[in-house]
Amino acid sequence: MANSKSAYSFAGKKQKSDTHIIVVWVDNEAGVLARVVGLFSGRGYNIESLAVAEVDQKQNISRITIVTTGTPQVVNQIKLQLKKLVPVHKVADFKREDKNVIFKEMALFKFVANNGKLNKAFEACKDFNPVILDKTNKSNVIQITALRREIDTMSKNLKKFGLVSVSRTGAVAMTRGSEIFK
Amino acid sequence: MPKLYSGAEIVFKCLEDQNVSHIFGYPGGAVLPIYDELKNFNSIKHILVRHEQGAGHAAEGYARSTGKPGVLLVTSGPGATNAVTALTDAYMDSVPLVCITGQVPTHLIGTDAFQECDTTGITRPCTKHNWLVKDVNDLAEIMHKAFEVATTGRPGPVLVDIPKDIQFQKAKYKNYKNNKKLNGKSHDNYSQKNIDELINLISKAKKPIFYTGGGVINSGTKASELLRELVYATGFPITSTLQGLGCFPADDNQFLGMLGMHGTYEANNAMYSCDLMINVGARFDDRITGKIDEFSPKSKKVHIDIDPSSINKNVKVDLAIVGDIKSVLMTTLKTFKKSKKNFSKSNKSQISNWWEQIQKWRSKRSLDYIGSEETIKPQYAIERLYELTKDKDTYITTEVGQHQMWAAQHYKFNKPNRWMTSGGLGTMGYGLPAAVGVQIAHPKKLVIDIAGEASVLMTMQEMSTAVQYNLPIKIFILNNEYMGMVRQWQELLHDKNYSESYTAALPDFVKMAQAYGCVGIRAKTPEELDDKIIEMLNTDRPVIFDCLVDKEENCFPMIPSGKPHNQMLLGPKDQKEKKITGKGRTLV
Repeated sequence: MANSKSAYSFAGKKQKSDTHIIVVWVDNEAGVLARVVGLFSGRGYNIESLAVAEVDQKQNISRITIVTTGTPQVVNQIKLQLKKLVPVHKVADFKREDKNVIFKEMALFKFVANNGKLNKAFEACKDFNPVILDKTNKSNVIQITALRREIDTMSKNLKKFGLVSVSRTGAVAMTRGSEIFK
Repeated sequence: MPKLYSGAEIVFKCLEDQNVSHIFGYPGGAVLPIYDELKNFNSIKHILVRHEQGAGHAAEGYARSTGKPGVLLVTSGPGATNAVTALTDAYMDSVPLVCITGQVPTHLIGTDAFQECDTTGITRPCTKHNWLVKDVNDLAEIMHKAFEVATTGRPGPVLVDIPKDIQFQKAKYKNYKNNKKLNGKSHDNYSQKNIDELINLISKAKKPIFYTGGGVINSGTKASELLRELVYATGFPITSTLQGLGCFPADDNQFLGMLGMHGTYEANNAMYSCDLMINVGARFDDRITGKIDEFSPKSKKVHIDIDPSSINKNVKVDLAIVGDIKSVLMTTLKTFKKSKKNFSKSNKSQISNWWEQIQKWRSKRSLDYIGSEETIKPQYAIERLYELTKDKDTYITTEVGQHQMWAAQHYKFNKPNRWMTSGGLGTMGYGLPAAVGVQIAHPKKLVIDIAGEASVLMTMQEMSTAVQYNLPIKIFILNNEYMGMVRQWQELLHDKNYSESYTAALPDFVKMAQAYGCVGIRAKTPEELDDKIIEMLNTDRPVIFDCLVDKEENCFPMIPSGKPHNQMLLGPKDQKEKKITGKGRTLV
């Protein structure tokens, strides 16, 4: 730090970083994703994954789910800065450890291998709601839904069964029970 | 059948309905239809600048001196990119601007057409919001919404990008209805409980201080009145940021002067040692706080601000009150008067030790400088300028650098909206065009740009604008031939290696003034200074005043950043004892 050529003061003491899932409801209009993402990059916040799609066609509302890590102060700033954007309706923030919230990511795996290996691959996926979307005599495509870390591990472990291609979404989140976030 | 209007007409109808009387702009291919309509709207006067950055700063000067939004109209491509500096400046300093840009016709967008650029993309991070108008039927609503976004909450710049074909197309004009809330973004978000808590803290404090900023000025003149009332009712000392100068009278005994990097000794030490800090509309900027970890370590901090994202951004506070300053101060005063009658008398003994301590700091006289009979000291020039203009209702703008800090230290402001300076972005070249904007808004008032010779050259072309519209602005240049603040840092921190900070081929400013068709005056000695200033004040035309000052004067006091408030560098006498060495160098 002492060698910093920065024109500014010392960075203060670093607090501990946590992973948070930020859910943002926005008007589905041109440039809205760029506004949200630009805010993150412009202010030096971090995006681990991103999922976005329209959820209300009538009112043109999209729901953006962003996984980020940051100190409590940074996460607080992220929320407050997002709320200032004109097309943003509301912002929710969940800790990854939060038991009341469901997080899921989806992944598509393509395997090219003999039948024996393809069967083993499907077997290995069985804890994660596997669905076979396509099958030929030397390949298949399996869809799974799981947590980020589980998919990370899976894509590593499945190499031996002929995994050749992985495509995955960012996390989406929803609260458990009858309550909805206002 | 209702009447149909062209997009260009709708733009002006919106401006009319928003009571816009002046716009600053520069024509070009993609805004020609709008310029063509100008002749049909007599209530709106267009001020032709010489560069789009000038339009932006002029609109800022207009906005800050009136409290109304400033409007600029520029063309696509280079017109828009030239305005970006001014938009960013307005964004940093919370100035309401509405920027209307032309864009290439809709069918050419994305083809790298002549003078095309991604205007909304480029200006997204430097505006509160921006719009690309794709349908002429949306134009009126977008225009009105633009004004609403610019002026509500924490004010700031917005931009409306209008393709040329949309300017020709016709649509119905819908008048403005102020009933749609912007996604429910309400701004007052505090309760009586917060106010009671604040008053409880006020009544317990032994070493309190008010730390006020530009938010008070943005909240309107009433906010400044209420602030004065509260400060007098409590008897507490008050300090102000650069942007807040004028919301409390600078010659009042309770005022400790500006705080921060070039603030007074008493203000910074009081901030360091206080037990209660009441931040009213300021944002804990790094030029104010110095080293964050040692910023006012023993105080309870209260933060009153309209922008929730300003709370706990740089400094953690104990009590946050989110709301418009005017409304918060009004509620506070009401409660305060009810529950604490004669507070300032009964409280006097509780804070008397504190005031004694402050007087001790004050006696250091940290703004003093060593005078001279031969050369004009820049501080002396500002002092004389103040003495000779204080009886007039003077508006001061500045450029950025040493002259700006000396102006903030030595020119005493007693009213809000009289001081226009680029604080957040620190834009050299701000002051001259800003003075143009201020003079447009206040044709009869005295408007002075306190400038440095390096800064003012960045936007000097706007003198031509001042001459065209007979704006008698006074450009008071403290000419030391150096980029003074750069030179100062190089002297103090880079072993006097004056790398590229000397301007070797300066123009003759007096002749330059004559070339522009205005008046040039030069002052060389302290002896002639007063007469020359009076000559300037008696000239009812634009003046460039070339004040030749000491070339090597430094601006003190100074907190090297990375240092806490109680480790200030004072003037030349004190400096010998506290040289900045090693580690401190990299921190400024």
